[in-house]
Order: sequence, then C-alpha cells, then structure tokens
Amino acid sequence: MSRPHPFIPNSNPSMRREMLQAIGIDSVDALFKDIPASIKATADLDLPPRMSEVEVRKHVERILSKNTSTHDMVSFLGAGIWPHYVPAAVEAMVSRGEFLTSYTPYQAEISQGMLQVMFEFQSLICELTGMDYANSSLYDWSTALGEAARMAVRVTDRNEIITARYIHPERLATLQTFSNPVNIRQVEVAQERKTGVLDIVDLKKKLTKDTAAVYLEYPSFLGFVEEGYEEIGRLAHEAGALFIVGVEPISLGMLQPPTEFGADIAIGEGQPLGSHMNFGGPLLGIFACRGERLLRQMPGRIIGKTTTQDEKQDAYCMALQTREQHIRRSKATSNICTNEALLALAASIYLSILGPSGLSDLSSTILDRTLYACEALQKIKGIRAPKFDSFHFMEFTVDFNETGKKISEINDALLKLGIQGGLDLSSRFPELGQCALYCVTEVHSPQQIDMLTDALRTILKA
Amino acid sequence: MTRMSYSQARWNEPLIIKLSRQGKIGYHSFLTDDRRKALQDHIPSKIRRKVPPSLPEVSEIEIIRHYTRLSQENYGVDIGIYPLGSCTMKYNPKVCDTIAGSHKIQELHPYQDPRTLQGILQVMYETSKFLANIVGMDSITLQPAAGAHGEYTGVMLMRAYHNDRNDRSRDEIIVPDSAHGTNPASAAMAGYKVVEIPSRDGCVDSDALKSAVGGRTAGLMITNPNTLGIFERDILEIAGIVHDAGGLLYYDGANLNAIMGKAKPGRMGFDIVHINLHKTFATPHGGGGPGAGPVGVTKNLADYLPIPTIEYDGTKYFLDNNRPKTIGKTRSFYGSIAVVLRAYVFMLLHGRDGLETVSEVAVLNSNYLAQELRKIKGFSLPYADGVPRKHEFVLSASILSKETGVSALQVAKRLLDFGIHPPTVYFPMIVEESMMAEPTETVSKEELDAMIDGFKRISKEAYSNPNSLHNSPTATSVTRIDEAKANRPKTMQLTWKMNP
Repeated sequence: MSRPHPFIPNSNPSMRREMLQAIGIDSVDALFKDIPASIKATADLDLPPRMSEVEVRKHVERILSKNTSTHDMVSFLGAGIWPHYVPAAVEAMVSRGEFLTSYTPYQAEISQGMLQVMFEFQSLICELTGMDYANSSLYDWSTALGEAARMAVRVTDRNEIITARYIHPERLATLQTFSNPVNIRQVEVAQERKTGVLDIVDLKKKLTKDTAAVYLEYPSFLGFVEEGYEEIGRLAHEAGALFIVGVEPISLGMLQPPTEFGADIAIGEGQPLGSHMNFGGPLLGIFACRGERLLRQMPGRIIGKTTTQDEKQDAYCMALQTREQHIRRSKATSNICTNEALLALAASIYLSILGPSGLSDLSSTILDRTLYACEALQKIKGIRAPKFDSFHFMEFTVDFNETGKKISEINDALLKLGIQGGLDLSSRFPELGQCALYCVTEVHSPQQIDMLTDALRTILKA
Repeated sequence: MTRMSYSQARWNEPLIIKLSRQGKIGYHSFLTDDRRKALQDHIPSKIRRKVPPSLPEVSEIEIIRHYTRLSQENYGVDIGIYPLGSCTMKYNPKVCDTIAGSHKIQELHPYQDPRTLQGILQVMYETSKFLANIVGMDSITLQPAAGAHGEYTGVMLMRAYHNDRNDRSRDEIIVPDSAHGTNPASAAMAGYKVVEIPSRDGCVDSDALKSAVGGRTAGLMITNPNTLGIFERDILEIAGIVHDAGGLLYYDGANLNAIMGKAKPGRMGFDIVHINLHKTFATPHGGGGPGAGPVGVTKNLADYLPIPTIEYDGTKYFLDNNRPKTIGKTRSFYGSIAVVLRAYVFMLLHGRDGLETVSEVAVLNSNYLAQELRKIKGFSLPYADGVPRKHEFVLSASILSKETGVSALQVAKRLLDFGIHPPTVYFPMIVEESMMAEPTETVSKEELDAMIDGFKRISKEAYSNPNSLHNSPTATSVTRIDEAKANRPKTMQLTWKMNP
C-alpha cells in the first residue's frame, strides 16, 4: 500500500479502510486476486519515483529549454503546418475547464455548450468552403484525405484516385496507408515544369471509368495556385468521378470557395485557425461535402439543431449516428471516435474574431508578405523566387540551383545566424534539384524577411 | 452530506451569426485601404473570391461572452463526477496544461533542424520508454491521433507482419461481442472480415474462440479487463489459442487504467497494444478530442512501425525515416505531441508507485460503487457473481425497467438533475438496460456517496411515481431533447444556413 497522492482523493489510508470495509475485504489486493500469479509477478514498473509539482516543472522545463522554438529564431517553415498568431481570446476560451474537461456529448442536455460550438463550427466551415455539410472534425488534413478517398470509392464503386505530382508527401503517404488494404490505386498526373499547372492532356489520359476521384490541393503544396480548377472539375465530373479539393483555410479569405469550380468534397487543415503548431499535433482535419448522397457516406461526428421535446427551446444533439462505429460497428463509414473538438472550438472562435473583413485582411497581409519576400529574394544573384511562374499564396519554392550550393549547406549556414530556412525539397522531389519551400505569414515582419535576404547574400558570397 | 442541488446555466444563447452586425470587428487591421486594393488586383480574377464568406461580425467582448455562456452550458470533469464507462474521465492536473503552454512546445515546427529539437525529442523518447515499460512492449510509435487511430495503425501492423511472412490467406479478425465499436470498425477499415464471437459469463468463450480460429485468422482484438470490467483470467490460454493458429493478439488499451503495476499486456501474451494517453494519462478530453493513441509492439513487429521513429544514439536524439519495412504513415508528422507532453508530465507526477496507486484506487472506487449500486432496488450486476470488477463495471436497470417502466435512459436523464454525469448507457449490448460506470481514481468517496444517493432516490421515485421521471432533466440548460427530429430528413438541420 503506497502513500497518499494529491490527485487521488481516496488514496489516504483511512479512506481506503472505510471503503474496503464497505466492500467486505481486508486489502486492495483482494480486488486483483483473479490476475494469474505469473502475470502479476512480472508487473512491476520501472519508472522514476514520483516528483512534486515544483520538481516536475523544473525538470521538464529544463528539458524543453533545449529546444529552439520559432519564437527564439526566425523560421520560414510551412509545408502543412504554419506559424500564425493565436489571439489571446482564443487561448482564454479554449482553456475554460467546462469545455476542456468535457468529452463526446453523449448526454446532450448537459452538453449544450460544446454541441452548439460544434454546430457553429460546421456552419463556419460551410461558409468558408461553400459546401453544404461539414463534420465536426477529423484528425488532420492527411487522414481527411484518406477518408475522402475511401468515401469516393464507396460512392462511385470505382477504385482509382488521381493526384497531382506536387502533393504534400506526408499526405500522399497517409493516403497510401488508407488505400492499400482495400486496393485503391493511386494515379499521378504531371504538372507543367514552368508554371506548376496540371497537365490537362495527361489528366485526360488518366481519367477512366475506374477513376473514383481527382484530388487537388488549393493552394498546391508548393504554394502556387493555378487557374484551371474549373476545367479539372468539369473533366472529373464528365468521367463520372468526384472532385476532392484540399484547402488551406486562410487562403479562402481571398480565393474562390472550392464549390465555385465544382468540388464535391473539401478537406483541409484547420490548425491555422487558432491553434499552435505544437511540433506537428494535435491538428484539425476539415471535412465538408455537397449533396445528400455524400452526406450519408461522410465519416465523423455531425451535430444537428433540433428542439426540446416540448418544443420550447432550441437544442443541439448528435445527428446521423447510424453512420458511426458505436452503432454500425464493422459497417461504419469510419472508425473515428475521439476527434479534435477542442481545436474546432478554437477555429470557431478564431473565425468569429476575424469575421469576413478580418479574414480578407489577414489573407491580404500574407499575400503582401509573400510578394515582398519573393521580390527581395529574386534580387539575389543565383536565386529564383518563386520557381514556378504562377500566383502564390503564403508559400513558394525558392530555386537555388544556380548558386551551386546545396540546400542542406545553406540551411546549416542560416541556422548559425538564427534563421531556420525553408523545407529542403531535394530528396522529396529530386527533379527540382536544389529547391526549398519557404513560408511567410502575418507573423513575419518585413525586417525579418530582410534579415533572411541579408543572410543569404552573405552565405552565397562565401 | 448529500449535495443534490444543481442548476446549469440556461442562457438560451443564440447562434453567433445571430449576434452579427455589419461593420463590427474583432480584429486589428494590418493594411491601408490602398494597399488592400492593390493586393486584390494581384489575384487572378478566375480564382479571386467574389463574395466574402458570411462569417459573424462581432466585437471581442461579444465573442468572450458568447463562448463563456456556452461553456456554462457544458459539463466537465472540473465541475463534477463524470463516470462515463470506457472513457476514463479523470482529473487532469493543471500543471500539465501550464507546461504545455510554453512556446518551447507550442511554437515548434515539425520540420526544424533536429539540433533545435533535442528537448522535445527527449520527451518523446522517454515517454515511449515509460509507455513500453507500463504495457510490457519493446517499441512504441507515438503517431496515432486517438484510440481508434491506434487500432487502425495496430491492425495495419498485423497485416504487414503476415504479408512479410508471405502468409496472405489471413483475412479475418476476431472480436468478442462485447468489444468497443471501434474494434470491428478499425479491422474493417484495414480490409479484414470481422468475426464476432459470443461471450460466456461476460468473458471470452475459449471454446467459441477455438472454433473461430484457423488459417484465416489474422488476429484477435480484446481488452483486458474487458468491457464488463472483468479480468479475463484465461488470458494465457486465449493467447495460446490465437498464437497456435498463427494469429496475433491485439490489446485495446481503453481499460489500461485498471492494471498499471498489476499486469502488463506484454506478459499476458499480447503482441500489439494501443494506449489512450488522454484516458489513462489524463490529458483533457476537450469536448471530444484531441487524444493520442500510441501503439506498442513486441520486437517481432518493430520493423513495421510507422515512420519516423524516435531514436537516441547516446549523444543526440533523432528521427529515423530509414525503415524499409514500415507501414508508412498513418497521419502527418509525429503525433499529438502536446498530448504526449502532458502524459509525460502526468507520469512524472505519479512515478512508479503513484501509477500503481492510480490503478488500485480506480479499482477500489469501482468496486465500492458497484457494491453499493447493486444493492439498490431495481438494479443488478449481471455476470460473474462474486468476481471483483476492475476499474469499471456494468450495472443493469432491467429489473427496474420491467417493474416500473423506467429505463436506463430515464435513470441517466434523472441523474443529470443532480449534477451527476451518468454512466455510459446501452453499451455493451450483452447487458440489458446497461449502465457502464467508470469512476476513476480521481473521485472522492463523498462524490461516490452522492452518486449512490442519487440512484437510491431515483429507485424510490421509480417505484412510487414512475411518471415523474419522464420530465427529467429539468436542471440542465435545456430539457429533454427531441433527437429524432434532428435525424428526420424534413426537420434535419446541420448548419445555420440549412433551413429545415
């Protein structure tokens, strides 16, 4: 019998005794007597002894101090997870214990707060993407892609998914893990070398009666936004396939919602909407679709608006649960249970703070920084920024091939100057040679961008 | 002392879009009007947004009040007992959140140079070691985002293992009829046919298992203790049956809170284990998530783990992507790292003896509660009479229902009036009118006694005036909800722009 513990109210000896007596046993060991002795004998834990709160705090903060965060240096990394300012109002609201320490609202009457938030989240995502329906979150953009592909396969009864060459490698890898066990084939369509525009001739060749969906990112993984989405959507539909579009939500403050060019399913990453990067997770998978046929096949939890039985009050509850694993088991549309509700709450607050003018302003500011950074980098001898001749938002490929230096060398040198350079693309896309993916957002000041260009000039001269 | 006066806030708070007034802002502008216009002209007209999204136009104070009011219409562990079976709704130490609020984690980008990441990689490495030890596995991946995602990852590992041995005829996964819905759903997603076997006296029926296994068996997915809170005492025999047939044994870690320091899944014969960090290691459940579902495996399966793995060469920590037999990736990046960090802090705050105390007291609380509730008229504890429960148990209200017409659902709704979150109802399906309760180690005896008093009062009400229970709940922010209306095509409303 061990010592009492501050988080375990009934760990003190007198409490325990009282409860053991009520049960009619002498020792807590009696409650574990059914565990076979050979299993019990090997159950000892080899962990450190417990520490007090102040000790833990010092210990863990000492370990974390070995990190250099993007507050400690200037970072130009994006690539699927982006640095944005998280307003204080978002942080204050998501840390309220009533939200934070609740769970899936199985008892709707006592969980109206979170249910209404989820309904508002679904509504906001539909406003942003133009879609009819959204679920209340999936894990991240990658798993949303995996789910979207499988949904398209279920709906069309076909088994090929077309993707572009320049898709996020982690998304592609996740799509493969979701596809392999059910024999979904992936077909890659080329993109033009100069502009990044999807090769329509290649697309037409690869669209067949087996194509379940065409998937395209918007903006693309490499930051360019092409203008041909409408034609791509039309071609997909003519072939009887669905059109899945992956969105970065902030860009939708200035870009057409994907429904405008025929998207059937919109997926994306909601982390930019009020959540920190947290070294890659948790993230917020966005999933929205159009039309009732797709709604019935949608994965994840959906909240509906209803009334009380006496019809005197508006109320919210889980809807269409017969799609879900706790009811449908092996026939469910997905296995998801725990989702990313708290990040969906953050996203709802974030979008409410921004409003339509704020979102437009934020995306314009990011475009402003993007143009400023590209212009400044382009002036450096040997650098081409952006590499692709298209409209770019927030991210862009910087081509260092003519400098004769490797990205790894350049990034090493930048790091010594307190700068984390862009993502090295050379092993992910060898045909690009020495290129890096750079990202600027509202958190990058023009001075910080100048710092980068000054540093690059010095490094490239050496 | 019994506290039974509860009244949840009732704001009838409108949707945020209804608070919108044109021109109100909650955000500081960065740009001059001229610059904004010039930037608009940069966007090719074909892709330029013509109509702004209809987001709410509200000021900051209105946003704060809206969400504060909604929070007051929500119930969480910080407010009171939340004994939802299988969900392990325990108290989340505040210091975990404080530490996770540091920019040294929040503002880390996953693609930074590893030299700038030594702290977080150390946390991930040590957390993996701790978890491996607790469950008796050799290697861990932190990648899965939640329990069900861990299951999917685990089943994919199973698949990779069999395929690598060129054993491709195995297309079935066995689950007991009491399994969580996620188990069959995950197995099906990974392309397997699901074979459900019946239970005997609440446990795996080894005869049924024997006749179900064979050359098509990829594996068996179970929890131990099982969904009824009963320890599967024949686990070594079960493991033998599955292994002899060439299958693997998968441990659903939803019930790990019962056995830390008392039994390790690895020593029970399990090959793959997922761990719900948000449950056992107390990170806030966030209204439904985020969670984290790390997966542990024995060394036979370590080669197949998702990439990257976190390694240490004696001087530095690094991410290893060079693993030819990997199943690949099951999501972006490395996992729910903010959740992993909280779990790490939780483990240090408890230490080896504290984690054992966690399981002891979770089991003590559960047995105390089970013992008292089963004595109340109308309730019973089906299956395995005299066998202690572990961290949870399944009560049945079937006698109450037969004798008074008051169902488990009505009992649950009435409990809400006392400020008590009810147990999980109508799961598992092998118990009629089931109420699955998991008090966890972080409730006090006083709270348990209040819950027991609540049940006693409901029993009395049911036997004296059953109709009175139809009005519950009345203390919550809304009264009994019409859930059918939310599902009928004509009245269904899933967004604010959708008009039923």
